[in-house]
Amino acid sequence: MIDSADRAITMDLPSNYVVRRYKNWLISGLLILATLIAITPLFMVLGYVVANGIGSISMSFFTELPKPMGEVGGGVANAIVGTLTLIFISSIIGIPIGILSAIYLSEYDRHSLLANAVRFTTDVLMGIPSIIVGIVVYASLVLAIGHFSAIAGGVALAIIMVPTVIRATEEMLNLVPYSLREAAYALGFPKWRMVLQIVLPAAAKGVITGVMLGVARVAGETAPLLFTAFGNNYWSKSINEPIAALPMQIYLYATSPSKESHSQAWAAALILIILVITLNLIARLALRDKNT
Amino acid sequence: MQKVKTRLSIGDRTLKLLVLVTAILVLTLMIFIAWQMIVASKPSFAKFGWSFVTGKTWDSVNGNFGALPFIYGTLVTSLLALILAVPTGLGLAIFLNEMAPSSIKTTVSFLAELLAAIPSVVYGLWGIFVLAPWLQNTAEPWLSRMFGFLPLFQGPPLGVGMLAGGLILAVMILPIITAISRDVMGAVPNTQREAALALGTTRWEMIKTAVIPYAKSGIIGGIMLGLGRALGETMAITMVIGNRAQISASLFAPANSLASVIASEFTEATSLHLSALVEVGLILFSISLIVNILARLLVWSVARNVTGGHAA
Repeated sequence: MIDSADRAITMDLPSNYVVRRYKNWLISGLLILATLIAITPLFMVLGYVVANGIGSISMSFFTELPKPMGEVGGGVANAIVGTLTLIFISSIIGIPIGILSAIYLSEYDRHSLLANAVRFTTDVLMGIPSIIVGIVVYASLVLAIGHFSAIAGGVALAIIMVPTVIRATEEMLNLVPYSLREAAYALGFPKWRMVLQIVLPAAAKGVITGVMLGVARVAGETAPLLFTAFGNNYWSKSINEPIAALPMQIYLYATSPSKESHSQAWAAALILIILVITLNLIARLALRDKNT
Repeated sequence: MQKVKTRLSIGDRTLKLLVLVTAILVLTLMIFIAWQMIVASKPSFAKFGWSFVTGKTWDSVNGNFGALPFIYGTLVTSLLALILAVPTGLGLAIFLNEMAPSSIKTTVSFLAELLAAIPSVVYGLWGIFVLAPWLQNTAEPWLSRMFGFLPLFQGPPLGVGMLAGGLILAVMILPIITAISRDVMGAVPNTQREAALALGTTRWEMIKTAVIPYAKSGIIGGIMLGLGRALGETMAITMVIGNRAQISASLFAPANSLASVIASEFTEATSLHLSALVEVGLILFSISLIVNILARLLVWSVARNVTGGHAA
């Protein structure tokens, strides 16, 4: 049945080949195991937050101020409004700076030394610990004003937001085909109108994605707010006052000794996760729409 | 005609100036951060000099400050995180790139990105109430029974400590390691894989000989970005590390990292204590700057070598 040449091969290979195949299977198994291990924490964290948080969420959680530590009830209304305020302040500072820098990199100066330096700084800024930004804003802005404030918190978050927005926006602007720019020039558009009316709208969805990812990143930040926005148990009357934020409230509740605070912490965490994941989903859906 | 031309060129000049100024602003931001920290840490540096880096005591009552326990705590937790997250994260990346059918690839990639989106403080919350009690009651007693002869696993099981910190960090840096290694491995041309398979390799041998060497420096860059993240991670680690300025061989022992001591003491600190904390921040800034610059250079070199590859 088997001729001699084939037999020679099958007799030659077995010991080695079988070992190699077993090794292949073994490693495939390990890779699948690694995947399962990697995904487990996500379900554990999400599962615990939902299970522990959902019980404490009620209408009053969204409408009331926090009760003193240890008392039952109360809400995080000021922290929710505070987080939205901080996101708003950081957005009006960070988004224009991010988009304008990206326009510079993509439309004005793609390959110069300065452009590469800006690109590199942006990448490195992305990796700077956020607590460092908190210290710097404290040392410059908070000390200059004389007290903690929502403005200082917003500035700190803006600094963290800018690199994300720049990189995402630049990538999207680079995807706009040159023919669009050439067509605009051929119609007699000056460069600034070409950039603002042709290139930017063409990349709009991608830019929105980048902006949303930047916003989502700062929405959950705690460290840079500790010594800039500081937190507040009451409503802030102006953005020149210390202001509460959801992540800081979670930190306060989680590290306090009372059981009631702990359940408030889980509930606040649930709301924060829903906020952050929604922002992420919107960002991704906007991009997916563009690709189809 | 003349009028129209002037109006247009004003628009052009304005936008050009505006984008140039913001770009330079971003560039100077880095210098501003460094300068601010150097200025604010001057009083501490004047008093302690370089012995600040080697000093083992951190005594805010008597005004004697040394940052060595925090450097130690940061390095131990970050190394532990790397030891746990690198094999898992790389395994996940290889699985996604080389094995998984595309439907699983999309879903699992999405889940890994969600993992990266969860705020640090939520990991900390989970760490305090779920991870730490489990470590205290189950994992740490088991470890000390099995490996108690090692100094690493001695001492009372407290739950909070360097082990808890390292575990939380591992979970947090895994997505970044996976995302970047997946991208650089995705940039390896298929001809490499086909050539290896045509020579009769098994799938693992193909990955080992044709894919990983090609993507190596990018993978190392991704690991270093993960390290950079671990070094600077603040909230989660502050909540689970136990906040004690000490150097202990045992992973069960409470400690403090550079970032966590700043987070927990900064708002109550005054004068010299405050300046010392800023100097701790300066050390953290310098370490993470070096790690990030090296990482970026590595990732960039791969992205540049592979035409049409994804820049990370």
